[in-house]
Amino acid sequence: MPALLELICPAGSLPALKAAVDNGADGVYLGLKDNTNARNFAGLNFDAKSLTEGIRYAHNKGVKVLMALNTYPQPDTVSRWHQAVDTAATSGLDAIILADPGLMAYARKVHPNLRLHLSVQGSATSYEAVNFYRERFGIQRAVLPRVLSLPQVENVVNNTDVEIELFGFGGLCVMVEGRCLLSSYACGDSPNTFGACSPGHAVRWQQTPKGMETRLNGVLIDRYADDEKAGYPTLCKGRFDVQGETYYALEEPTSLNSMEMLPEMARIGIAAIKIEGRQRSPAYVAQVTQVWRAAIDAVKKDQAAFKPNPAWMAQLNKVSEGSMSTLGAYYRPWK
Amino acid sequence: MKLPNFPKPLARFVSTLPSWPASRAFAAAGNLLAWPALRELDWSHVAGRRFRVQVSDLGLKLYFTVHANGFRALHNGLADVTFTATAQDFARLALRLEDPDTLFFNRRLLIEGDTNLGLSVKNMLDAVELETAAAGMPAGMGRVVMKLRHLAQR
Repeated sequence: MPALLELICPAGSLPALKAAVDNGADGVYLGLKDNTNARNFAGLNFDAKSLTEGIRYAHNKGVKVLMALNTYPQPDTVSRWHQAVDTAATSGLDAIILADPGLMAYARKVHPNLRLHLSVQGSATSYEAVNFYRERFGIQRAVLPRVLSLPQVENVVNNTDVEIELFGFGGLCVMVEGRCLLSSYACGDSPNTFGACSPGHAVRWQQTPKGMETRLNGVLIDRYADDEKAGYPTLCKGRFDVQGETYYALEEPTSLNSMEMLPEMARIGIAAIKIEGRQRSPAYVAQVTQVWRAAIDAVKKDQAAFKPNPAWMAQLNKVSEGSMSTLGAYYRPWK
Repeated sequence: MKLPNFPKPLARFVSTLPSWPASRAFAAAGNLLAWPALRELDWSHVAGRRFRVQVSDLGLKLYFTVHANGFRALHNGLADVTFTATAQDFARLALRLEDPDTLFFNRRLLIEGDTNLGLSVKNMLDAVELETAAAGMPAGMGRVVMKLRHLAQR
């Protein structure tokens, strides 16, 4: 039977992985402690020991483990990415999530039995693009960027054999996935090569008489009054002076929450729902996994009667960036 | 059970205390309760860096460093990184009931100074299993911590 609405949850540490497994994830995704993945933060992620223990724990409970290798290798350090693929292939992982075609070619050639997923960072938005990756590299699943409406997603699903995974919940960005260079302008590092949008070394928060200031490499990107909710310290979520007016010129800090569209996603045949947040703590993973497990079970039981429980929505809003959420591009009545 | 706020009269009393004895008490308690689980971590990049924990509702400021042998109290002064939150929120963080990013979005947690240092310590602590930490605590304290977490979760 093809996969339907598998719940794929983030793990930045072994306790987070266990929280996902214990609260009902069908799969967890994780990364190594370096810039081979797009959550390259100090102290986060897995080394050989925690990876082995994490895979053992998840597999004992029938939960899949996926590894994100979703940054773009650079010529002088490409061996690090190749080693990461080799580690994934020999450690018994269920799939790797890739964005770079060169890395896909390597994985396909050296480890033909390793299951490949196309990362959201690959930025494939059409079935032609998805099928191209299928033909050339044998990918078995694609994570679609968060820029398509559900009818557009359905068009992709109807024209490919590749399983389609959608983001269900978590932080949103400007969604120029795999192409975004915004943070490079302020700090010289971009998520595609460094593995983080706003590296910790460049971020400074400071409480001042005017409010809490967020700076990226010295550049003031936002100032919050005491009663204002905060967002991640990324340029895309900053407030800027544009022709004398200061406002969120690119986007407001907010999280995606697509729960009310779950019945439609089930009807279309979406293989998996991804929860964002490898940078977050085990407490978040436990809370969000629990809510989405209950919601997906409810949809599978009775699609027509499904309505998001208000308590679930309140719980998700509580952990959301800026404490609010949106359906993003999924719901767009116009074409 | 919701973790209670710190009682106001007691908070007023605590805020009058000098920070050096409080920092010493914190370091001693940390070495006794938490260090058995934390000693396995690689603290080399953190050694000698100065931490300040400000408990905002108590007006309490704790200064300390972390070395290969555990926590060491410091006299007040400059800190490399400062964490500010209420006693209740620090307790919820320690019991793994709250996610620091959630508290940050809600303006209940502030990290000032060297963000990378703060982030790295947060992630290192996240990678320690609470059960392991509790098992390393002396005199049944671990059971008390797990019980408290269980009660506060409901």
